[in-house]
Amino acid sequence: MAKLILNRLSKDFGTGRPAVDDVSLTIGDGGFLALLGPSGCGKTTVLRMIAGFEQPTDGAILLGERVLADASAMVPPERRNMAMVFQSYALWPHMSVAENVGYPLKVRGITGERRTAKIREALAAVRLETYADRRPADLSGGQRQRVALARCLVTEPDVVLLDEPLANLDRHLRQEMEETFREFHARSRATMIYVTHDQAEAMALATEVAVMSEGRLLQMAAPDEIYARPQGRLVGGLIGQGAILSLPWREPMPRQLDWPALQACFHPQPGSPLADILVRPQDVVISDEGLDAVVSACVFEGERHALQLLLSDGRVLRAFSRRSVRVGDALRVVLRSGWRL
Amino acid sequence: MRASRTKANGQPHWLFVFVFAALCLLSVLPLGRLALTGALSLARGGGDGLLSDPALWQAVWNTLTTSFLGMVVAVFLGGGFALLLTLFDIRGRTLLGFLFMLPMMIPPQVTALSWVGLTGPSSTLLKAVGLAPPLGTPQPLYSIGGIALLLGVQNAPLVYLALRAGLLALPRDGMEAARLAGASAFQVMRDIILPLALPGFAAGAAMAFVSNVGNFGIPAILGIPASIYTLPTLIYAKFASFGPSTFGDISILSGFIALLSVAGLLVEERVLKGRDYRIIGLSGRTAVFALKGWRLPCEALLVLLLVVILILPFAALLASSLAPAYGVPLTFKTATFYAYEEVLLRQSITRTAFQNSIVLSLATALGLLLVTVLMGYFVARSSRRVAALVAALADIPYALPGIVLAVACILLFAAPLPFFGVSIYGTIWILFFAYLSSFLAVSLRPIASAFRQLDPSLEEAARLSGAGFYRRLRDILVPLVAPAAGAAVILVFLIACNELTVSALLWSAGTQTLGVAIYNLDDSGSFNLASALSVLVVALVVVMMLLLELLAKNLPKGVVPWRS
Repeated sequence: MAKLILNRLSKDFGTGRPAVDDVSLTIGDGGFLALLGPSGCGKTTVLRMIAGFEQPTDGAILLGERVLADASAMVPPERRNMAMVFQSYALWPHMSVAENVGYPLKVRGITGERRTAKIREALAAVRLETYADRRPADLSGGQRQRVALARCLVTEPDVVLLDEPLANLDRHLRQEMEETFREFHARSRATMIYVTHDQAEAMALATEVAVMSEGRLLQMAAPDEIYARPQGRLVGGLIGQGAILSLPWREPMPRQLDWPALQACFHPQPGSPLADILVRPQDVVISDEGLDAVVSACVFEGERHALQLLLSDGRVLRAFSRRSVRVGDALRVVLRSGWRL
Repeated sequence: MRASRTKANGQPHWLFVFVFAALCLLSVLPLGRLALTGALSLARGGGDGLLSDPALWQAVWNTLTTSFLGMVVAVFLGGGFALLLTLFDIRGRTLLGFLFMLPMMIPPQVTALSWVGLTGPSSTLLKAVGLAPPLGTPQPLYSIGGIALLLGVQNAPLVYLALRAGLLALPRDGMEAARLAGASAFQVMRDIILPLALPGFAAGAAMAFVSNVGNFGIPAILGIPASIYTLPTLIYAKFASFGPSTFGDISILSGFIALLSVAGLLVEERVLKGRDYRIIGLSGRTAVFALKGWRLPCEALLVLLLVVILILPFAALLASSLAPAYGVPLTFKTATFYAYEEVLLRQSITRTAFQNSIVLSLATALGLLLVTVLMGYFVARSSRRVAALVAALADIPYALPGIVLAVACILLFAAPLPFFGVSIYGTIWILFFAYLSSFLAVSLRPIASAFRQLDPSLEEAARLSGAGFYRRLRDILVPLVAPAAGAAVILVFLIACNELTVSALLWSAGTQTLGVAIYNLDDSGSFNLASALSVLVVALVVVMMLLLELLAKNLPKGVVPWRS
């Protein structure tokens, strides 16, 4: 197996705006990449180009040294040794669970005892051994998704693609399936690409997160890195919670700001340029000193209360509080940390 | 792993070529040939003799009046049945609906024969019960009114289906909202249901009109004996008295029919376009209104209507087929299976007809299946515009009256085939070609809708599993559309087996079909033999329809034409 490389990949459906615009990224062997972005950002198109269902209009897709696709030629999906879990599961209703799982083997000409053993192994990995003779129609959503996963497992593919696989499942099942995916990745060591619009899902599963918007790749980094140091307003708004404040900015200051530096920003010298500062709610501490704020909303979330605070100059902050506060209460807050986007 | 230049959608390149070559051969070529001959004939002034012939304008007038009056009858019958069976708590709705649909699938010449056997001075059934009018009284159905009445009965199911589809698509929550807003059942009916169902009425009426214009069997049996000609029967008559101007004349005549049909189809498309309320709200089972005290009278009315338009005519047909000779009274003593033995065992003409019809219909159904499975796949995977073009090209030969297509085939094949130097005119092959062209749409519709309902990811998953195009076709796609394909085969077989209009112009000695045989037997006065053959055909139709009923629950919506 080898690295999967997307080199200046573009796709234009002729709608005026390219669906995917100049995306370059590299996924290491055995990596787990989450492609994250709002719907219509081009992430599914990237995935479909990697699978071979769409041909790039510019740029190239390489697996190691081999060119899988560029604007002039492409390897058809049936010869890419990839596997995919579809949002709709895409199980063939006229085949039993075992036949569904075993189909990639059948196409590859693997027969008899070897095929049966591999099917059994794959079904065992998703804990569905006893369901081998059922029809997909008799299974629940989560079970269907696990059959689809077993179908990916059975051929040891180079790359496994997952297209919003949890979108049709309820919340409880999602957590269970996330665990299954993690296990699956650890076991198969396949390169995995996971498309989602749910940032929590992306952060929880992937070793790397790539954020896309309007066809462009905004940032790609490890989950903790992208959370701590997002690049630009769009990524900052998409990853995690937080308030983005437009504050006057003085050079030279580091991008990571502490309370004294932030405090200085609230007492600016005239003529300073503005910069976007991301302040996470856990860094907003209710205190005896600091900025004056009025509570404009307080929502109980179970573990804590989520507050929306209105600063005296009209800026909005988010904060957490252990105890309930009333809307309209005045309090003071200290900003422990901020990040210039 | 080698990069190849296949298309990203994974279709082989020949698929596109195949689909459009088939469409050109079966649709563009014959109709283009017809348009060319008609235009040339007009340009040369050859149409002069025809256009100044009062017989032509009399036929146009007859066609318009019978079609219009027939449409009115169809709207009343079909509309009444659709409203009562869809919106109200009538018992036995499925059975009543199925029986009401029967006339649509029964060949028109059989309908006409059965009614002729029911009325008039020599009706076996009336004689058996002693109600026959005295000899010498004219047969009342040999008239404009008689033709219109039967056209109405034959095509009332079209109105029924169009209206019922509209009624079933009504958003149920919209009606519930109206009830919650305080409207009574009657107000809901008047203010919500009827306005929304109006396009269905209009579309059904337009379809019935088009179908009436092209009908050959009914005006042939009822009109020709009384010298009442409509455009299709005039073409038939002109063709029978073949002359130097025949080709030019019949191409102009069929042009007239095509124009009338296209006008009707445009009206239908126009009114259906406004029906975009389908997508708003949940449409499911329409709310059923209780008729209370009116239920029994309504049910009785429906049953009575079915007895009059369906049961009595076919009882008459059965009686005629069992009578020893036309006009001889039928009693239990005189009843005989002589006519059945004659058509099944002795008459070589009817036996050839059986054989021809069955072989032709099977060959058409199976041959079309090969084309339409690939075409249906292509349509489902194409852009909307390409899909609409393919569907339109496939639909035109079916939507136009069969007589128009038959004329087109005559013009196309009158001369020997280029390159081969042989002529298929007068052989069974010209019928085969005409059937393929005419019923392409019948076969394509169910299969294309089955493909359209398939989630494309089912095929994509197979591609990633490593399956190439043929493998996917065999393992995934064909098994998944198999029920629809089965329905397509039965439907084409059913319609082709009963076909008369196309065959009437294209048959020659040895290639007659069932429809032609019935017509010729009646024409030559063997009414009891024609009746026996008709009874057999009706039995065949009912068996096929029941077979489709059994398949129906595995089929995508709209495949079985009499279900909605």
